[in-house]
Amino acid sequence: MNIHIPTPLRVYTAGAETVAVPGATVAEVFDHLTSQFPELKQQLFNAEGKLRSFVNVYLNDEDLRYLPSKEATTVASTDELTIIPSIAGGTPCCNCCPLL
Amino acid sequence: MLHIAYSDYEALRAHGEETYPNECCGVLLGKSDAEGNHVHQIVRAGNTRTDSAHNRYNIAPIELVKIQRQARGLSLDIVGFYHSHPDHPAQWSPTDFAEAHWIGCSYVITAVEKGKAAITNSFLLTGTTEEDKKFLDQSIEIEVATSTPPKGKA
Repeated sequence: MNIHIPTPLRVYTAGAETVAVPGATVAEVFDHLTSQFPELKQQLFNAEGKLRSFVNVYLNDEDLRYLPSKEATTVASTDELTIIPSIAGGTPCCNCCPLL
Repeated sequence: MLHIAYSDYEALRAHGEETYPNECCGVLLGKSDAEGNHVHQIVRAGNTRTDSAHNRYNIAPIELVKIQRQARGLSLDIVGFYHSHPDHPAQWSPTDFAEAHWIGCSYVITAVEKGKAAITNSFLLTGTTEEDKKFLDQSIEIEVATSTPPKGKA
């Protein structure tokens, strides 16, 4: 299946925006992906082997977090996985909060 | 350096005025090279932080997925993001830094003072991981098309 890599992580996939990886489940696909591109592992997963909190993964248009089987979800070769870091922010909560 | 067309620059500033007193947000599509990030198109995004839209913004991940798909169709990449700071300086905040994860991308912030866009700054998120990331001030080069002279102030 194809995995779409966000801009910041393409430095670890030799610049590739889309990577074709085999696997019967999301977990297997990630295993193959991080075997092929080992430096991706610490970017995607924390020390406990869980996806970092700001890393969103979508199977087609479905958020992996809300799929019943999560990483054990089976995938087809025609499915697409998208890795997308979160984007958020905002002003200080009030004028008394210092800027860094 | 961030390279952006005058029309896109004005459009993202106008977005901040439209959403005032709430924050606006959007995505910069383009290409990166040794000279910096080149914006080819801006895409407005919805702010999902309706609970605190005056001082927080968040782009829904599924919207980002669709914007990244749109970029791919145009042979472009996500090269940055923009948002506004209503009645606050155009300076990144602790929240902006904590929630910044797109290393190599430009984070453009427009201060909107009493409904009018004021200063616009860009910050480049550099580093290799969450642990060593940092924001650097980034110059903005506003490109003016010769066929369509600008109106008003830059």
